[in-house]
Amino acid sequence: MLLTITTRHTPATDLGYLLHKHPAKVQEVEFGKGKAHIFYPVANEQECTCALVLDIDPVGLVRTSGNQFALEQYVNDRPYVASSLMSTAIVKAFSSAINGKCKDKPELVDVPLPLEVKLSVLPVSGGETVLHRMFDPLGYMVTATQHPLDTQFPEWGNSRYFTVTLTQTITLKTLLSHLFILIPVLDNDKHYWVNREEIEKLLAKGKGWLESHPERELITRRYLRHQSSLANDAMAVMMKDDMPEELLSQDTVTEKVKPRLHEIRLQQVCDELLSTPVKSVVDLGCGEGKLLKLLMPHQQLTHITGMDVASQRLEIANRRLKIDRLPDNQRKRIRLIQGSLTYRDRRIEGFEAAALVEVIEHLDPDRLKALEKCVFGYAMPGKVVVTTPNKEWNVTFTEDTAQMRHSDHRFEWTRAEFQEWCDKIRAAYGYVYVIKSLGEEVAEVGAPTQMAVFTR
Amino acid sequence: MKIQMPELSLVVMVGASGSGKSTFARQWFNKAEVISSDTCREIVSNDENHLDASDDAFDLLHYIVGKRLKRGLLTVVDATNVRSEDRKKLVALAREYHVLPAAIVLNMPEKVCLERNQERTDRNLAPHVVISHINLLRRNISKLREEGFRKIFELRGPEQVAAVTAIEREPLWNKRHGEEGPFDIIGDVHGCYEELCNLLTLLGHTVDAAGYKVQVNNGRKLVFLGDLADRGPATPAVYKLVMNAVNDGVALCVPGNHDNKLLKFLQGKNVQLVHGLEKSVAQLEGEDAAFRESLKLFLDGLISHYVLDNGKLVVAHAGLKEEMQGRASGAVREFCMYGETTGETDEFGMPVRYNWAANYRGKAMVVYGHTPVYEPQWFNNTIDIDTGCVFGGKLTALRYPERELHSVPALATYVEPTRPLRIPGEGNNLQHEQDDVLDIEDLMGKQLISTRLLNLVTIREEYTAAALESMSRFSIHPKWLIYLPPTMSPSETSTLPDYLEHPAGAFSYYSKNGIRQVICEEKHMGSRAVVIVCKDSEVVKRRFGIEEDSIGTCYTRTGRAFFNDKETEQAFLAMVHAALTERNFWEEMETDWVCLDSELMPWNAKAQALLQHQYAATGAAAVNAMTETIAALTAGADNPAIASLLKNYEARAEMCHQFTDAYRQYCWEVKSLSDYKLAPFHLLATEGKTYFDKDHAWHMEQLGRYCGGEGNPLVPTSWRVVDLEDAAGVEDAISWWEALTAKGGEGMVVKSLSFIERGERGLLQPAIKIRGREYLRIIYGPEYTLEEHLTRLKQRGLGAKRALALKEFALGVQAIEHFVAKEPLRKVHQCVFGLLALESEPVDPRL
Repeated sequence: MLLTITTRHTPATDLGYLLHKHPAKVQEVEFGKGKAHIFYPVANEQECTCALVLDIDPVGLVRTSGNQFALEQYVNDRPYVASSLMSTAIVKAFSSAINGKCKDKPELVDVPLPLEVKLSVLPVSGGETVLHRMFDPLGYMVTATQHPLDTQFPEWGNSRYFTVTLTQTITLKTLLSHLFILIPVLDNDKHYWVNREEIEKLLAKGKGWLESHPERELITRRYLRHQSSLANDAMAVMMKDDMPEELLSQDTVTEKVKPRLHEIRLQQVCDELLSTPVKSVVDLGCGEGKLLKLLMPHQQLTHITGMDVASQRLEIANRRLKIDRLPDNQRKRIRLIQGSLTYRDRRIEGFEAAALVEVIEHLDPDRLKALEKCVFGYAMPGKVVVTTPNKEWNVTFTEDTAQMRHSDHRFEWTRAEFQEWCDKIRAAYGYVYVIKSLGEEVAEVGAPTQMAVFTR
Repeated sequence: MKIQMPELSLVVMVGASGSGKSTFARQWFNKAEVISSDTCREIVSNDENHLDASDDAFDLLHYIVGKRLKRGLLTVVDATNVRSEDRKKLVALAREYHVLPAAIVLNMPEKVCLERNQERTDRNLAPHVVISHINLLRRNISKLREEGFRKIFELRGPEQVAAVTAIEREPLWNKRHGEEGPFDIIGDVHGCYEELCNLLTLLGHTVDAAGYKVQVNNGRKLVFLGDLADRGPATPAVYKLVMNAVNDGVALCVPGNHDNKLLKFLQGKNVQLVHGLEKSVAQLEGEDAAFRESLKLFLDGLISHYVLDNGKLVVAHAGLKEEMQGRASGAVREFCMYGETTGETDEFGMPVRYNWAANYRGKAMVVYGHTPVYEPQWFNNTIDIDTGCVFGGKLTALRYPERELHSVPALATYVEPTRPLRIPGEGNNLQHEQDDVLDIEDLMGKQLISTRLLNLVTIREEYTAAALESMSRFSIHPKWLIYLPPTMSPSETSTLPDYLEHPAGAFSYYSKNGIRQVICEEKHMGSRAVVIVCKDSEVVKRRFGIEEDSIGTCYTRTGRAFFNDKETEQAFLAMVHAALTERNFWEEMETDWVCLDSELMPWNAKAQALLQHQYAATGAAAVNAMTETIAALTAGADNPAIASLLKNYEARAEMCHQFTDAYRQYCWEVKSLSDYKLAPFHLLATEGKTYFDKDHAWHMEQLGRYCGGEGNPLVPTSWRVVDLEDAAGVEDAISWWEALTAKGGEGMVVKSLSFIERGERGLLQPAIKIRGREYLRIIYGPEYTLEEHLTRLKQRGLGAKRALALKEFALGVQAIEHFVAKEPLRKVHQCVFGLLALESEPVDPRL
């Protein structure tokens, strides 16, 4: 909420001209979510400091987007940090300076001055490293103090708040444009909805330095708040040609394995499902519809159903598969339903084949029995393909035996444990099974994923 | 002339155009009961004379009639119905819904019909059409009975129509709503007279065995589930006693398949003397003709089943599905006596019975026999109490409404059963097994849930969708979720200048609603926790159907496990268990499990993430930013304008420190189990009992006995009862709240002294919280007490929150009452699931 700019250039009071703010006055600037006070704690020939203090109205700050019914909308750090609100205040309070205008001393605009900036407090997403990655390439000397979450509970560790000092001899307008873009980038949040105009702002304020900044991709992506399509457009304008591949697909896989594994897994499951002339398949836990997409082109399938417990993910699947735009005869083949494998569901009965790809490990062990009954007892597809991580393989990326591949995994099985479970299904529900491995085999520990194909 | 019509009939009007059917129907039936083909024709085609539309019109007519019959409503079909094929469709419809088909035939002279037809302005049929109607009618009027009509009334000429003085509706014989019991319902006796006498004696009745008389005591009534005859040693004696009791009006009896076969024998029909009938026949040889005759009449007069106690209880020999209850048809009678079979036979060569009870969803409890079982068990609100006495098992009675089972052992094995009573590996609990997987159909979509406190609670479809994900991914096993606590509304916004909430608001809410006595309870700052503790892991398996080795559970208000790992949870519950055991809880409360509503502390035990990410973070940002800002302002404080800004920021910085202090109050480091504290405030349920009829002082006193003391994880809660008409007492309570919150306490909860209270406008809030001024900083933000903020914050509406609290309260109470009444888990889960779904309703989270 506090920004100070100090110079020891002589005469230091030149700063007042450049900022277009008289050192003897306390000024107030209003903007959307509150106001800013501008004053000079020190102003003499040797040293001049201008301070901008945000005065945010916490009651009026409640954001109009997002979930208004979450408590964090009401009690949060926004009134106290340097965020995109600070950028807004900078533009509002120092509009001449940032635009390189100075009525009284125009010659000063392009003169690099020794400047020191202090921000308190600056939320940094990604810690001190990111702070340096942002400011070091621009030539700043950065000193940062990280604040603990609570001095009374040191075991809670550090907060993401820093008091940051940046020093460099630089023109004021460039400095302000750096701050304008990088404050919200470090915070990794915006107080307003990010739209297309943001690209123009980014390109205008980033002109002359952003194109050559080694972190331009991260800056662009964060500034445009992870709206990949906007980020791609901005990069395209900046880079003109060769667009980096990874920006095209927004990777949300948090699994600590190569993203390729999931593709391999799905293709193999798809092949396995289609290895016999089945006409109907249900993908239990279809997520965003990746397997369904592989299944769709196979005309041997007349009924394809995807079920997932999360309605949000089904909406994404619906968009990915472009279901609304399919011709009638194709649309009739596919259906997406919201359902849960811990409840009996008559809509999944009567299928010839079913897939459970990386699903069982997301259930608490005591709910697994319900899934078994639902799938093998009630729905009874002729063929069921089940995949789950092979816990033994985890040693290839971690020494921590308790660590799982995904924060939502409730368990991960060794190959023996998986086989034991398969035997139980065989005995209880009259299925036979074969176990196959998915992904590259590693000596002693096996492949990353294990798959069982049950038939009755 | 009076026409007598069973109250649940499909009445088919038969008559030519112009015979006066519509007029007749209008005169004698209610408007909604009469479905006319003309009206249906008009609905589908805009024109009631549009004959092209007849097919669609009749489709609609049949559809409407079907819906009405399904709902058990008498329905009159107003169409000519002169053709046999039209009538047959209606008879089939009546049969489908087990409703009696009746016909009222208006057989009018040609002249009358033609004249009336002539006078009609809206439609004028050609005379030959009318004549052909009349001819058709006359030709096949005699076939009506053959077509399946059970009641036929023919009115010849306008004189007879005019002579009708009333249509009397006869109640169905099987409906005995007014009979409310209490009942002693007795399973298949099969001629075991001695055992029957023993059982009746055990039930407290006075038996004169030699005189075949029973004096039924305590205002109870006996219900015999049929199969009194065959296989056993004394069939005639059993009948004599039962017939006497029925004649005396102290017993009801429904027929079993064996009784029915004996009837056929007595009627002289050709029946094979097998399956024990041969024994009955031999025993009856010694009886005189008069008895045989009265037995025949008795058996012939037995009603297939009874619907008792205002529809809450159904008794039938082989059970009865919901759609057949209170209906009358051959199929119903057949089902009542024989049940349904799947068409397969088991390894003993016996037909495999279709287990209708597995799919039973009805409201009425169904008590039946027919299939001998080793031990009766509740299954979807049905129970089979044939415990195979004649096969050497026992004779069992169910007491209604108490749901108690009483039985006497067989004195001998009179017949070896074809299929053993107890098949190895079959001792499973059917209900627990079925409850392993609940059906999604019972939960999804828009839900209307009946509750004792609020009638129907509506849950919108989008909320049930959200609940499905939450329930499947994050909740503990549904078998543990027998209750969820309701959300709690704060008090009315205070009009006092410096307060958002103040006790006066809660007091005035209750006194305005006519409540005089309230209880004030200290509000602990922890997390709401529902704790279930069982006497041992055997109880967990038997009562809750949970297989894993545990002694209970501890879950949050959204049904999630309180502790992240099972080991800590079980170790903590073991401490609670020890505390209860040490003070004789199990003996005193006569139970082997308990469910407590409580607060678990410290707050950071569950809310660590929230604390760090939200509260501590905000505090760290605020305090540090304020400190630096004040330093900058101080540097320039020579300037009076800066000095005044400094003053303002200093005040605000103080509030930021108070904010940090506020949340710190409720945190302490959890190093071991003994750092957890549980403060119970509602004793929700124990085996067979809930305690919503006890007032809150009782709850606090009762629970207080198990709280406190060295090393006890159960800690007491301070409370006081306040008489709202005693001004000094009210003042005292306010000072008490002020003292509590001044020490940093969260505040207090005010409840009507009675657990459940109603005011003029219905159910009252079960509890209202009044949070302390400092505590509210962590809810409304560090600087909420600044006047400019407070004025705006005071404009808050409590309506949505309060409506939600009531709905959730009703659902929570209903869930645990269902569980205690051993209802199927489906019904418990519907309430809990609905409550969780309501939690996705958008309500200001600061309330």
